[in-house]
Amino acid sequence: MEWIRQKLDKFKEPFGKGKKLEKYAPAWNAIDTFLFTPNHTTQKGAHIRDAVDLKRVMMIVVIALIPALIFGMWNGGYQYLSQIQAEVGFWEALGHGASKIIPMIVVSYGVGLGIEFAFAIFRGHDINEGYLVTGLLIPMIMPIDIPLWMVALSVVFAVIIGKEAFGGTGMNILNPALTARAFAFFAYPTYMSGNKVWVSEASNIDAVSGETILGSLAAGHPVEYSFMDMFMGTIPGSLAETSTILILLGALLLVFTKVGSWRIILSGFIGAAVMAFIFNLLPAMGLEGNSLTNFPWYEHLIIGGLAFGIVFMATDPVSATQTIKGKWIYGFLIGFLAVMIRVFNPAYPEGIMLAILLMNVFAPVIDHYVIEGNVKRRKKRLSDVPVQIKTAV
Amino acid sequence: MSKDIRIKRGLTLRLKGEAEKQIVNAPRSKTYAIKPTDFHTMIPKLVLKEGEKLLAGDVLFFSKYCEELKFTSPVSGTLLEIKRAEKRKIIEVIIESDPTDSYKNFGKMNAATADPDSVKSRILESGCGVFIRQRPYDVVADPSDIPKAIFISAVSTAPLAADIGFILKDKIAAFQEGIYALQKLTPGKVHLSVDKSSAEYLKNIKGAEIHNVSGPHPAGNVGVQIHKIDPVNQGERVWTVGAEDVTIIGNLFLTGEFHADRTIAVTGSEAKDQKYYRIKIGENSADLVGQVPDNVRLISGNVLTGDKLSNNQYIGFYHTSLTLIPEGNKYRMLGWMPFFYNNIHSNSRSSLSWLFPNKKYELNTNLNGEERALVVTGEMEEVLPMDIFPMQLLKACITGNIEKMENLGIYEVAPEDFALIDYVNTSKLEAQYLIRTGLDLMITEVG
Repeated sequence: MEWIRQKLDKFKEPFGKGKKLEKYAPAWNAIDTFLFTPNHTTQKGAHIRDAVDLKRVMMIVVIALIPALIFGMWNGGYQYLSQIQAEVGFWEALGHGASKIIPMIVVSYGVGLGIEFAFAIFRGHDINEGYLVTGLLIPMIMPIDIPLWMVALSVVFAVIIGKEAFGGTGMNILNPALTARAFAFFAYPTYMSGNKVWVSEASNIDAVSGETILGSLAAGHPVEYSFMDMFMGTIPGSLAETSTILILLGALLLVFTKVGSWRIILSGFIGAAVMAFIFNLLPAMGLEGNSLTNFPWYEHLIIGGLAFGIVFMATDPVSATQTIKGKWIYGFLIGFLAVMIRVFNPAYPEGIMLAILLMNVFAPVIDHYVIEGNVKRRKKRLSDVPVQIKTAV
Repeated sequence: MSKDIRIKRGLTLRLKGEAEKQIVNAPRSKTYAIKPTDFHTMIPKLVLKEGEKLLAGDVLFFSKYCEELKFTSPVSGTLLEIKRAEKRKIIEVIIESDPTDSYKNFGKMNAATADPDSVKSRILESGCGVFIRQRPYDVVADPSDIPKAIFISAVSTAPLAADIGFILKDKIAAFQEGIYALQKLTPGKVHLSVDKSSAEYLKNIKGAEIHNVSGPHPAGNVGVQIHKIDPVNQGERVWTVGAEDVTIIGNLFLTGEFHADRTIAVTGSEAKDQKYYRIKIGENSADLVGQVPDNVRLISGNVLTGDKLSNNQYIGFYHTSLTLIPEGNKYRMLGWMPFFYNNIHSNSRSSLSWLFPNKKYELNTNLNGEERALVVTGEMEEVLPMDIFPMQLLKACITGNIEKMENLGIYEVAPEDFALIDYVNTSKLEAQYLIRTGLDLMITEVG
């Protein structure tokens, strides 16, 4: 370890202050601090500090994503292979899925980190670690057959317009990963929706069908999958969004390490359940409803991207609300709106993406009113002070 | 009648090197010093010249903008040196001490029966006025103000802090007298917070409203207690006094002399003799801990709020502990891996330290990461048990938005209340420093 450190220090020299490569120091620092947590000590304020830093936080999210990612690889292969052959081997399915996903991850990280490095050097600040998570999320919420250049273009849009334009990590209004997806969704709708994109090769081979559950519901087709299929995730959908159980496993890690807000996750599911339950009640109120409104509320929670969105996207602390009360409202409205969009708008079979983006925009407003409540309490306390004490002061 | 204050949010850090419950007399320092820099915003005006003789209680300097506020010598001896920094700013007034102290006599007084004006002028002329600090702004109190209440915290919850209940045990008569004196300074109440589990001798103090405090740090911070008991509104002043400082004020009335006695806890994993020492204010650190090697950090105060000291520097005026912890100027390979390096405590459970809630940690001064944009939310609220939005307040301090700071409660906080936020926040933001800057801005703009 000492030996590596010495080599690094030697390599670092030309990046020092006033040296030839000073301009590129942010790029080198990113690599250096990735290998070694620096020897910086506290100079003002508290003399001791928590073990946590942004790198750790981001790595925890990446770890939380891995179960869903690996399942997504397997499921990507399984959905395709199970339609063209009788027996599907585990490794065969995983291999097929990996051959599709890994290039997407490579492109996403390559392009995204490239831009981040360029901006850091240009602006002369350190590289924030936010893209470690965004870069992994983007492929995970794309359809399996999306061309790589579209992934690249979406990443460029998300990082430059969605994030760097606002000042980089911590300053963005919209969740960057969802910005990437929304860009692809509106720019290339034929690659992002319909019933031919969700299963590998479905658009090339006629024998392969690739309708998602929400797609079938919207079209009025019968749903062929059981509750367990939906919960375990052996259904078509975006790459890693299908397995509710593994998403919940990730959620457990996020909540436990306090990286993801349990309030947003819980209230998100409650909001979705409430909205779906209201729709379920329509027949009882004498309204007919349709196959989407009559879809059982508890099954609404485990299909589509709802769970993935609530656990990994809505909890993004930068674009979410920051106050405790605000988190309850924000999460609830995301779930509520997601199901509402699903049911009411057949053009968007899944509503979670738009619901989160919409609430991202409204998050500062929610926070504003929560904080305003605190300010009012403080002002009221001042006006309640007895007069004699006021004059004494 | 006593009331209960239960604090729920916060964090009690368990560190190695707690001081043994044993008080010994420290060797007498050759030199003592009062550091004007300990009194934030105060500009000293010197009274004596180098080489002049003085008694314990003689005025060394007074505040340029408030001449009533006098700073007196803790020991008798000779004024040795006035140390200055850039722009002739005075940083230390050093006194060469006599072998034994002789005291200036202010005359005895019965604080309980004396009239308020003479109590006040006695406190000021003896230099005891400096022990009284004010909220808002967390600076030495302006004697011309009339505070709506006076708060004393006899609760220690900070990591490795001196146990104030233990220190007060032998000084309870002086403490009581001090309370009587402080009672004369406010038309409102004197509030004394004690640990819920503390002994009867503290709960039986008369002349003050007793509050039983329980819960994790920062429950012992006087700011948190004020917030729970009677929060500071815009335009109001409350005063706070350190618990042991009350005994110094009490002693002034009992004996007629200024006895600047302080009991200090020498703590921390790198300290050799972790004990309590009887010292005079302004003692040289070298007399307690000798010369400290480079890989150890010497802190006057506790690990969250204290000041870094070099060898042979003097202990801070208000500090009740001296802490020695290892320096952390070492690289850590792949330090970003969560759930590795579990010997470092993590409130956000990014190490496995939560598995051992009773383990005592040996933490060093490494920053454990680099400064970043504010990303994670909710972690600050978890350690600030006040009805205040800490992140929003810090942002208002960064942008210098006075109206926002005011609305969000800047008058109710002091840097020390944000010390745990320094500790827990992921972005490695210097919260205490930012709050101090915010308060300084308020002083110049609002006053």
